[in-house]
Amino acid sequence: MEAALIWEYVIKSVIILLGMTLGFAYLTLFERRVLARIQMRIGPNRAGPQGILQPIADAVKLIFKEELIPTKADKLLFILAPVITVFPALVITAVIPWGRQVMIFGREVNLYLANVNIGAVYITAIASIAVYGIVLAGWSSNNKYALMGGLRSSAQMISYELTMGLSFVGPIVLAGSMSLVNIVERQGDLGFLRWNLMQPLGFILFLIASIAEVNRAPFDMPEAEQELTAGYHVEYSGMKFALFFMAEYIKMIAVSMIGATLFMGGYLGPNLSWIPGIGDKLNAIINYAWWGPVWLFIKTVFLLFILVWVRATFPRFRYDRLMAFGWKVLLPIALLNVLIVAVSVVLVGG
Amino acid sequence: MFAKELARGLWTTLRMMFEKPVTVQYPEEKRPVHTRFKGRHQLHRYENGLEKCIGCALCAAACPADAIFVESSENTDELRFSPGERYASTYEINMLRCIFCGYCEDACPTEAIVLGDNYELSFTDRRQAIYGKELLMVPVPEGGSTTPQKVEPGTFDRSIPEMEDPKD
Repeated sequence: MEAALIWEYVIKSVIILLGMTLGFAYLTLFERRVLARIQMRIGPNRAGPQGILQPIADAVKLIFKEELIPTKADKLLFILAPVITVFPALVITAVIPWGRQVMIFGREVNLYLANVNIGAVYITAIASIAVYGIVLAGWSSNNKYALMGGLRSSAQMISYELTMGLSFVGPIVLAGSMSLVNIVERQGDLGFLRWNLMQPLGFILFLIASIAEVNRAPFDMPEAEQELTAGYHVEYSGMKFALFFMAEYIKMIAVSMIGATLFMGGYLGPNLSWIPGIGDKLNAIINYAWWGPVWLFIKTVFLLFILVWVRATFPRFRYDRLMAFGWKVLLPIALLNVLIVAVSVVLVGG
Repeated sequence: MFAKELARGLWTTLRMMFEKPVTVQYPEEKRPVHTRFKGRHQLHRYENGLEKCIGCALCAAACPADAIFVESSENTDELRFSPGERYASTYEINMLRCIFCGYCEDACPTEAIVLGDNYELSFTDRRQAIYGKELLMVPVPEGGSTTPQKVEPGTFDRSIPEMEDPKD
């Protein structure tokens, strides 16, 4: 491997890591502002213009907070658990493409870190690892509430992972490939406006399962404030707590990007070739390679807004109903969706 | 049916996003206080600038929290602070003790002390919580002059203010 290629990978990795971390910081602000508006409040608007410096203020506050480790906690795992939680959240976005090829300094650069031929499997695999951090955090805290939160999260995440994995099957079957780049490119040919809206059922299943997967309301069982005080992170403080927070929000961004990539055409803009005369010209402008990240960003923000909106609207599920819903309702529907997609692909010919 | 209810809930929250926020942006925007609001005390003056307070210390006697301290001195025609024989040379209210009950206002025979509209009391140490006369006294009204005044002998021998019931 030539040196320039290694540098290219390093730079792209750094961009992804920094982008996700910055995204996390501003997602907290975005969520607080949107929640506030939904509740007819204004939200944080004091630190900097429109509260733009609020994440920095929060970070400074959390860094200077005292970090407590319970006496009877398993110290190694207690310290390791937040790291294990953040790590998969950060690496999951490696396979998500943000655009086609662009020319930078006379060099063709692909706007994605890795075009793995099993991208979709990679995502489900990494998403499963995320549960370890939470379970270990719950167990190592040596606190009954934390343990309950960890147990609940493992049960919940395993249940909803099935639905999420099955909802991936739709796009995979339609594209005939597991590579996310191929899936996006295929959607350009298939979907209406180049956004693959051929699978409304799969998309809704993915939304529900992904909300459960990132432990957000109304599926925030592991951290149910009223019953478990704060669930798995009840004993954490300072930056360790911030890492759990970071993991949750980065996972939110990650699932939104995955959703945008698999179901909404990723980095592709709308297909406007149906407009007579100028349609093809518009297409060329809209899909200019540098616009790819912008389209992906717009779609991701839209999905993030849905996540916040759902949180603002629905109360938490009861735990047994959560499990019943996952196993008795979502899983059969997901299987049915796979069946419908597979049969129609065979009949129509993809 | 279930999905319809979910959609209804989502529609409600989305609609609320476009309502005007009810937040009052406090330091910039202040809500008006009610009439007869009991805020920080003020010591009032007559139109000519003489102080209404005659240093009788009835407010201190009425105060259930023992927050008021009054010391009075004699007026002379050369150095006249208030009509009548005496004036308050020291008037202190401990804002940490005050419970804003307004009994001092009721007890005052000359309507000198009145609880005003100011509720933004803050101090960084206990000594600053004791508000002296210079903080409590209202500014000299238009056309008046500050105390002590030099007056014609015999003009302000007695303090019998015109008092009336509150109108608001």
